[in-house]
Amino acid sequence: MTTNVRTREGGPVKHRSASRRSHGEAPFRIVSTAAGILLLAIMAAIAVFLISEALPALRANEADFFTERTWNPNSERVFGIAALAFGTVFSSALALVIATPIAIGVALFISHYAPRRLAAPLGYLIDLLAAVPSVVYGLWGVAFLVPLLRTPSQWLNEHLGWFPLFAGEGIIGGKTMLAGAIVLAIMILPIIAAISREVFLQAPKMNEEAALALGATRWEMIKMAVLPFGRPGVISAAMLGLGRAMGETIAVALIFPATFDITFEILTPHANSIAANIANGFGEANDIGRGALIASGLVLFVITLLVNMGARMIINRRKEYARAGA
Amino acid sequence: MSKQIQVSGLDAYYGSHKAIEDVSMTIEPRSITAFIGPSGCGKSTFLRTLNRMHEVIPGARVEGKVLLDGEDLYAPTVEPVSVRRMIGMVFQRPNPFPTMSIYENVAAGLRLNGRVSKSEMDGIVEESLKGANLWNEVKDRLNKPGAGLSGGQQQRLCIARAIAVRPQVLLMDEPCSALDPISTLAIEDLMAKLKDQYTIVIVTHNMQQAARVSDRTAFFNLAEQGKPGKVVEMDETSRMFTNPSQKATEDYITGRFG
Amino acid sequence: MTTIQHISTSRRIKDRVVQGLVYLAFAAAVVPLVSVLWLVISNGLARFDLEFLTHSMNGIGARDAHGGAYHAIIGTLQQVLLAGVISVPIGLFTAIYLVEYGNNGRLSRAISFFVDVMTGIPSVVAGLFVFAFWILFLGFEYSGWAGALALSILMMPTVVRSAEEMLRLVPNDLREASYALGVAKWRTIVKVVLPTAFTGIVTGIMLAVARVAGETAPLLMTVFFTNSINHDPFSGPQMGLPLFVFDQAARPNDTAVDRAWTGALTLILIVMLLNLVARLIAWWRSPARGR
Repeated sequence: MTTNVRTREGGPVKHRSASRRSHGEAPFRIVSTAAGILLLAIMAAIAVFLISEALPALRANEADFFTERTWNPNSERVFGIAALAFGTVFSSALALVIATPIAIGVALFISHYAPRRLAAPLGYLIDLLAAVPSVVYGLWGVAFLVPLLRTPSQWLNEHLGWFPLFAGEGIIGGKTMLAGAIVLAIMILPIIAAISREVFLQAPKMNEEAALALGATRWEMIKMAVLPFGRPGVISAAMLGLGRAMGETIAVALIFPATFDITFEILTPHANSIAANIANGFGEANDIGRGALIASGLVLFVITLLVNMGARMIINRRKEYARAGA
Repeated sequence: MSKQIQVSGLDAYYGSHKAIEDVSMTIEPRSITAFIGPSGCGKSTFLRTLNRMHEVIPGARVEGKVLLDGEDLYAPTVEPVSVRRMIGMVFQRPNPFPTMSIYENVAAGLRLNGRVSKSEMDGIVEESLKGANLWNEVKDRLNKPGAGLSGGQQQRLCIARAIAVRPQVLLMDEPCSALDPISTLAIEDLMAKLKDQYTIVIVTHNMQQAARVSDRTAFFNLAEQGKPGKVVEMDETSRMFTNPSQKATEDYITGRFG
Repeated sequence: MTTIQHISTSRRIKDRVVQGLVYLAFAAAVVPLVSVLWLVISNGLARFDLEFLTHSMNGIGARDAHGGAYHAIIGTLQQVLLAGVISVPIGLFTAIYLVEYGNNGRLSRAISFFVDVMTGIPSVVAGLFVFAFWILFLGFEYSGWAGALALSILMMPTVVRSAEEMLRLVPNDLREASYALGVAKWRTIVKVVLPTAFTGIVTGIMLAVARVAGETAPLLMTVFFTNSINHDPFSGPQMGLPLFVFDQAARPNDTAVDRAWTGALTLILIVMLLNLVARLIAWWRSPARGR
């Protein structure tokens, strides 16, 4: 992303008007600083209020929040995050496995394969994928993708059923983990592709030329001079994509059938996630139910925060590395 | 190992801009040929047409013939990749692969061409580093990154990388312009040693360097600003620097312009 | 004997296969885009009429065909506008702090880091936070304003980042020229830096608005559902267009699903229009246009 190429030149200039006091100076500085601090405060407030509003429900819970699979906070006061957290991580991991190779291919296409003239407009086309609202993907998933996947799902189950992901009895196809993961993959693809594209374009031209001068083919040149250079960037892009997938709500809320079990079967209608459960359960939740949903939101917040912070740290380290190498 | 290059009627373009026009020359094996001339006169461009690196730049193309021991490098059946495999190149700024160790940098070109056993690879890496006068300085830290070396060492590493694939010709594009005088001297010694085995072509801005190391020299110049570059004169280096046949050459060599 | 050897077949094949895969990857990314747009347009046009744009769902029975999204469109426009009103000043001043006053100190690095982290907050969490804080803790009712609060949390980091980037592009010479004239720093920022970066900042804001205009999840727990028109974002439940699509899509009859598609079409048109305006602003003042 362009934010990664911030330069030092644009840095602040030392204020040297000590002798020229101006009436507006202090208030302006204070307002600017306050805005920045407000941002930090919002982040802190999110954690604080999610915790404080979740606590009553967690106290009323008669099951262990972290190991319980079912979610019945409204009637029985029994609820746990286990199945939902599993579904969140599993669906996002699947989406990542689907999206990352395609995103790397797209990024390479834009940076090293497409004709110069077409590269920018084609890149914009991929960015458009990110502009489609989540709820539209959900609608598309339910109306188009779910029916489309039915026959291939049955084929996979019949012929490759020994493979745990494709196993399962009873209904095959429909609103499955696979359908949700594919929709998630489409949604996170543009962000992974955009960041990867930027780091691939930053790969030093002189190293690419060195590889070509050694008699490398285009692919060998990319393997020698582009991919190793871009690896940290691609990894953090994938992590950002993972964070995005885990927090994605409405599309999967429409697709996932809201079951509460832990299974690796991606072709049977068993799938759910924390975010989908919040969207589907909020409307009919009572006080305890809402507290329980807030508690699950807190878990989601913490997981995505960790993933995002990890990704940002990799990016920041790479920035220093790139600067030192320049 | 070493081959002759014959160029006839070569034009090179960037898009619609013609960078060099009608260059013809013969580059002899087991010798050093230097290209001199003012900036922007197309000598680097010409060098890059000799291993088909010119066309890497989008929109760039070449017309004319380049023969390597009689075989046309620009024949339709010839792939640029195999040309570059035979004609190695050293660039203006040292460009070792930053993510690779010293050993991997030298081995990089070899790994492209199929399997080489570990012991054979060790041998070639050692031989190439020795050939580049770098072995003694790095033999204890072959697994350290190549980017940790000094500029001069990095450039010799790049030479080792280029000769590890046993090319027929070695092209050097101002290989010393980013280096200090001591490193420059080390590279010049190295060139003198390498010319027993390779056809060496060097582009340089440094007249003394051309006089010191090369056997033959070609002087490139623009007819006028905006016109394509041409070869003004090419001759034995000793004669070129003492008794040039063209007025422009003499003016350039004596420092009257450029 | 030929001197120039051809490269081995396996290397050539590998190169070609990778090239094929790269082209395939691009095609694989474009196919869903085309498919989504095609379905939205072809299914959405059926109900894309004046009634849809001017009527609410008030009094429309579960199986009735009529009704529209006027209440949702109004809601979305108001909510997004309010979200901009909240987040633009905060985001802009934060960017000014980071570029002009932060001096890359500890506070500025902390803010910078958390702005990045904030970009990754799931939208549903932003909704839950506003629900927990505004509605449960402070005791206000569901409203368009609460939805705008949630959207503004999602907008802020985008605004900060784009504004920061634009401010850093302003050459230091301009600032120094202004200081040399004896102009105070804050006036330099207001009179010289901000006007120079203005179009870039506006473009960034428009893109941020376009991004949140399609958000559904944070609306669920803040604006609630309603079938009727509510022109006042500060009191009572107010619909949003993404929420309308979600609500209609989840209903089991075809008439509702038709409305969902038309809602999706309207939503995409609004989002694309915002994107287009942003690009036009960027283009209008870009150096490429040779002003």
